[in-house]
Amino acid sequence: MTEAVAGEVVLSVNGTYRSVPSGWTLAKLLASLELDARTVVVERNGTILRDRSSFASLDLAADDSLEIVHFVGGG
Amino acid sequence: MAHADLISTATLTDPQPLVIAGHEFRSRLMVGTGKYASNAQMIDAIEASGAEVVTVAVRRVDLDRSKDEAILHHLDPDHFFLLANTAGCFNASDAIRYARLARAAGFNEWVKLEVIGDQQTLLPDTIGLLQATKTLVDEGFKVLAYTNDDLVTALKLEDAGAVAVMPLASPIGSGLGMLNPYAIRTIKQRLSVPVIVDAGVGTASDACIVMEQGVDGILMNTGIAAAQDPIRMAAAMRVAVEAGRHAYLAGRMPRREVAVPSSPTTGMLGS
Repeated sequence: MTEAVAGEVVLSVNGTYRSVPSGWTLAKLLASLELDARTVVVERNGTILRDRSSFASLDLAADDSLEIVHFVGGG
Repeated sequence: MAHADLISTATLTDPQPLVIAGHEFRSRLMVGTGKYASNAQMIDAIEASGAEVVTVAVRRVDLDRSKDEAILHHLDPDHFFLLANTAGCFNASDAIRYARLARAAGFNEWVKLEVIGDQQTLLPDTIGLLQATKTLVDEGFKVLAYTNDDLVTALKLEDAGAVAVMPLASPIGSGLGMLNPYAIRTIKQRLSVPVIVDAGVGTASDACIVMEQGVDGILMNTGIAAAQDPIRMAAAMRVAVEAGRHAYLAGRMPRREVAVPSSPTTGMLGS
């Protein structure tokens, strides 16, 4: 696990710990990952975030567990 | 586009189009989107198949971007009916979680529900499947349940509210064709909801024989994607499904174990 540094929060994204500046929103994180919010679904701490318009106001917190999924080829 | 000559909108008119949960579909062939050599090949194969329903899987985004897996970058969701599956789920709660994630993508509330019970054969866990079906139906999902060719399970899935039941022809990705036509026919005869045979079709004759049993449609992936020429096989599957459907509607001649001449037996020279 990544050690928290002052001014940053450590959270899990798709099973990997990441450190982001404190105060970042989910929308900011997605943008930094170059992900289009319209093509992904985000589950935060086991709860699906069905309202994408909430991403811009959702502050990331230490120890958050995010799962970011999308559609891929399958049968 | 490669194989443009194989892509045709010309079809025989089906007097009873496929309707599932009140939604009418333009093709009885549904196709998967996995295992193609490239996204371009996948798109051409889907076009050649004439399918409207295409299945997709839900997976974590690859944050390192080692490859462009996002299927919505390639597949126009306005042109196809996206049917998310729960492939890879080995228990009811995982399948329910994947179905909820898929619905949150915002396209529809339909799910091709798979609860796999055995890693080697990928045969369904029918107990988990029934549990997940009940839960998801209660949550408003339209559940198309991938199951084995067992009539009793199929009846229970229908009772649980599945909008379609999807018995296998043979195991997923096996290409063995339909192993038990009697079971498939029996399921079709006993259920009121559409029966879509899912998995096991290996080539066009398999698809034709499946449709000749009177089932409502077929879903396939590997039979097309693993062909030497997937685009041509997709076109072959399209006409095979149509041929089988119309042969079923036409009603085949009875089988006889003696020959019956097709030409007149009178008027022969020297008689």
